Amino acid sequence: MKISRADVEHIAMLARLKLTEEEKDTYSEQLSKILDYIDKLNQLDTTDVEPTSHVLQITNVFRDDEPAKSLPTDKALKNAPDRKDNFYRVPRIIE
Amino acid sequence: MRYEAVIGLEIHAQLRTKTKIFCGCSTEFGSEPNSQTCPVCIGMPGVLPVLNKRVVEFAIKTGLAMNCRISPYSRFARKNYFYPDLPKGYQISQYELPICEHGYVDIVVDGVKRRIGITRIHMEEDAGKNIHERDCSLVDLNRTGVPLLEIVTEPDIRSPKEASAFMRKLRTILRYLEVCDGNMEQGSLRCDANVSLRPEGSEEFGTKTEIKNINSFRFVEKALEYEIKRQEKVLSEGGTIVQETRLWDSERGVTFSMRSKEEAHDYRYFPEPDLVPLVVKEDWIEEIKSSMPELPDEKLKKYTEEFGLPQYDAELLTEERPIAEWFEEAVRLGGAPKEVSNWMMTELLRLLNENNIEIISCRVTPEHLVKIIKLIEEGKISRNIGKKVFADVFQTGKDPEEIVKEKGLVQISDTSELQRLVEEVLKNNPKEVERYRGGEQKLLGFFVGQVMKASKGKANPKAVNELLRKKLSS
Repeated sequence: MKISRADVEHIAMLARLKLTEEEKDTYSEQLSKILDYIDKLNQLDTTDVEPTSHVLQITNVFRDDEPAKSLPTDKALKNAPDRKDNFYRVPRIIE
Repeated sequence: MRYEAVIGLEIHAQLRTKTKIFCGCSTEFGSEPNSQTCPVCIGMPGVLPVLNKRVVEFAIKTGLAMNCRISPYSRFARKNYFYPDLPKGYQISQYELPICEHGYVDIVVDGVKRRIGITRIHMEEDAGKNIHERDCSLVDLNRTGVPLLEIVTEPDIRSPKEASAFMRKLRTILRYLEVCDGNMEQGSLRCDANVSLRPEGSEEFGTKTEIKNINSFRFVEKALEYEIKRQEKVLSEGGTIVQETRLWDSERGVTFSMRSKEEAHDYRYFPEPDLVPLVVKEDWIEEIKSSMPELPDEKLKKYTEEFGLPQYDAELLTEERPIAEWFEEAVRLGGAPKEVSNWMMTELLRLLNENNIEIISCRVTPEHLVKIIKLIEEGKISRNIGKKVFADVFQTGKDPEEIVKEKGLVQISDTSELQRLVEEVLKNNPKEVERYRGGEQKLLGFFVGQVMKASKGKANPKAVNELLRKKLSS
């Protein structure tokens, strides 16, 4: 399966990655190869095999609706690049 | 050309759980910013979400109330996008296998019943809240991870009025189930609408727009009316509708295009590896079913068919569960349904409204009302005095019989006492007596009023009437 430069640019945009022209070519080639390799799986006959949605064989792991302690605000905001009062401060979102 | 509107709604309902959907942080509204977060909900590396069981119960309840099929097997998915109020870079939601599908909700608009299909109901986590300042945006993550139900309708709605009726019905159901408080202004119930037009009679769908930010019941109708008119104008002038998201501006009463920097949505959904699949067995569904209250539709049917109430009364009384339950308790205690309904619709709801009190904290009990009705029926007090007693109980919570006794409100049916009052009134109004005898029969009402006044409302009006007629014709 061919991953074009345009595909790479789209995926990079979604992941907010800045790529050089050289990198775009490299990834286009590498991603194509990876997908070709994965494509081998399609050679298997999976007619009677249930689709796997999870690798574990367990279901229904729940917690009760009981409050637990939250982080103190200062601790929660400790890794924030910027803060104002008790808020995370980010570049203005809407114009 | 005449156009028909095609409307589908997408509703987000915040669930009334104590804690968030995947962690133990409190969901309380209005706390200090960023005081209700933890490593799970702010997306620290290496943490594991664990599903709140009550969220699943609430989802199943809602699905059952909306006549959905409950999926025996469902799972969560990641919806990927970047926004500052979404710390993980993805929202945990459901995609291919939602918990409820294929339901419906019936509404009545202008006396006509309409069935609105429910495509799906799924569980997901809410995002945080942004406040926009001049030079920056501020983010509060308290709401991040609060459980939501997303309810999606079929494009079955044909008018803004139907959309509004549907939203009210939905709110009523959610409040009956006690799964959501249904407050659109505070954002615990949110509604996005997909709207398109097509030539009347056509079966094909036109290009739709999505209206967001409809934050009150009043605006559901207004925003849709505006958008339909806007599309009508574009189409009738030969233009085409652009598929886009538009925001409702309630101040200006218009929708406007939300020019988003985000390119075409590409959410790259995939199964959430951190959560195991959800299996719902029949016995769990049965258990939840048996814990559900009687729903508004069933009550409405009972009120009209069994209790013989007019549709209008029944609709009003079933809109809120505590009101319906108050009514039913009064009927169970022996109050005649229509009589109880009249008292509730005129006196009780008015007083609650005027005093801004919820029925659950109201001092008048169904028992009080039944006692008042009985006092009137037995002729011990007049209807007017009854209303005064009702207002008194509303203020004080005292027993109606005691109030009547304490304040000496017992109706005067004693003939000698009434005779005295009647004679006094006739003596004080000789001109009117003359006019009455001269043929002005309608003056009888005037005399009755005077006697009632003289008795401070305590005279038995029926007895007064009879006595006056007798005296005046002699």
